[in-house]
Amino acid sequence: MTVALETRGLRKNFGAMVVTNGVDFKLAAGARHALIGPNGAGKSTFINLIAGRLTPSAGSVLLAGENVTALSQEARVKRGLGRTFQINTLFANLTVLENVTMAVSERLGRGGDKLRFAGSRRDIVEEAYELLKRLHLAEDALRPVREIAYGRQRLVEMAIALGLRPRVLLLDEPAAGVPSAETAVILDVMEALPADMAVLIIEHDMDLVFRFAKTITVLVRGAVLTEGTPAEIVADPRVREIYLGEGRHG
Amino acid sequence: MFVYRSAATISPVDYMVCSHRLRWPELLPWVAIIAAYFAFPSYLALGAQVMIMVLFALSLDLVLGYAGIVTLGHAAFFGVGAYTAGILAVHGWEEAITALPVAAAVAGAVGLVTGYIILRTRGLTLLMLTLAVASMLGEAANKANWLTGGADGLQGITLRPLLGVFHFDLFGRTAFVYCALVLFAGWVFVRRLVHAPFGRSLTGIRENAARMHAIGAPVRQRQIIVYTIAAALAGVAGALEAQTTQFVGLNVLSFDLSGAVLIMLIFGGVGRLYGAFVGAPLYMVAQDALSRLDPEYWFFWVGLLLVVTVMFARGGILGVADLLRRKVMR
Repeated sequence: MTVALETRGLRKNFGAMVVTNGVDFKLAAGARHALIGPNGAGKSTFINLIAGRLTPSAGSVLLAGENVTALSQEARVKRGLGRTFQINTLFANLTVLENVTMAVSERLGRGGDKLRFAGSRRDIVEEAYELLKRLHLAEDALRPVREIAYGRQRLVEMAIALGLRPRVLLLDEPAAGVPSAETAVILDVMEALPADMAVLIIEHDMDLVFRFAKTITVLVRGAVLTEGTPAEIVADPRVREIYLGEGRHG
Repeated sequence: MFVYRSAATISPVDYMVCSHRLRWPELLPWVAIIAAYFAFPSYLALGAQVMIMVLFALSLDLVLGYAGIVTLGHAAFFGVGAYTAGILAVHGWEEAITALPVAAAVAGAVGLVTGYIILRTRGLTLLMLTLAVASMLGEAANKANWLTGGADGLQGITLRPLLGVFHFDLFGRTAFVYCALVLFAGWVFVRRLVHAPFGRSLTGIRENAARMHAIGAPVRQRQIIVYTIAAALAGVAGALEAQTTQFVGLNVLSFDLSGAVLIMLIFGGVGRLYGAFVGAPLYMVAQDALSRLDPEYWFFWVGLLLVVTVMFARGGILGVADLLRRKVMR
């Protein structure tokens, strides 16, 4: 198995509170992997530690075998790590096409060009527009992001991440806040992701998780409780207790 | 090539590819400047001052309007440029045009060093640090009497005729044309910069720095670069001020000037490229008219105008114009 992403003894404390507690985790190349757990399990913190938004208290993060623990978010992106955010983190006053063009431009190393007009690189704009077509966003291409529906903004989140052509994609609750009728579109997009791209998804919508993921890791109180196939996870009494014990599904 | 077509008639890709092309309203400031030269021959000196302030406000728009860096000390760079050009002239460098890049380089270097230090911070801390930088430079200029003339100001600035032909005349004709040409060059540069990927990424940083980090953009590096560029441009404006008035006083580094240029930009519209062209003339004309009507409390009326703008026209005059245009088009 080629490992695209790995964490070794990853730990994060906020004062005396341990949010991530020595997590050892491996994501295979091309994996469809979900990370689930009750609220407060430390899932988003784990994603932020991998992405470099938070600095770990201990442990390490490896991307394709390279230790990137000390590297900035930008450096990790350049090494093939893309992500979406749990809460939309977009350029609200820019158009949908501009949002995605920005990501493509940065990936190609043209984001810092000063004397060449942005529009002069037609290939960059066309690539961004093709991505919008794939994500059923083409009709909103020239609308400011703030004017489109929340569910479609979630798709823009994904489009921006895909504009980076990541080898590892972290999806932080892509269906959060999306009406159930629209989650099918999100699932379609996720299922059409390139086969060689490793995807780690955090999601509370268990239907979506079980339809998408081939492997599931359960995180509880910052530590890995168990890992296995969807069938193994469903059959695990500890997982059933955590979810049913909470009186909610997800 | 002038393009002014609606988004509905062309594909999104074509629309974006054409988005940087010149539109006819962008020529209006230049028509106004040419018209002013012939229509108001006795106000050319004031016209030169207005254009210097437009250039200064344009430089502020880069940092504040595009990159979202709030500053109360932009006069620091204007002052450094003014003192550089003035000191050069007093010490024998009487050629005005070549002094401009020197002033830009010195102001840009100050912008680079201070930006490198203060852009590690954000919010109120950053605001206070920008203010502190300008205050420190103002105090340094005050103390360095031997170099800057201190509180008496830098006097004895003499310049050779531009290109060996055009004297800086009493009516301000040469100064007006000189400032107009430098402003034009500055506008071409800034316009290209904001329509370049770099400029777009500044907007991205202003809109959402977290996302810019997440797409791999070196956010802090870009902030430092634009801060340096804006400082250099403000330095050119300061140099023009020194050259056209042939005097540099401590006010060029003052908080009053930093505040005034901020008000100009807010009046015109922040982050719109042309806010400087609207706000600076409006502020200076209002200042002139109000100080005649009410010599003692004229700034009260400027303050009132600012309150009204911030409360009811947050995008400034251009913001209101844009809103009206959208309503009419609906």
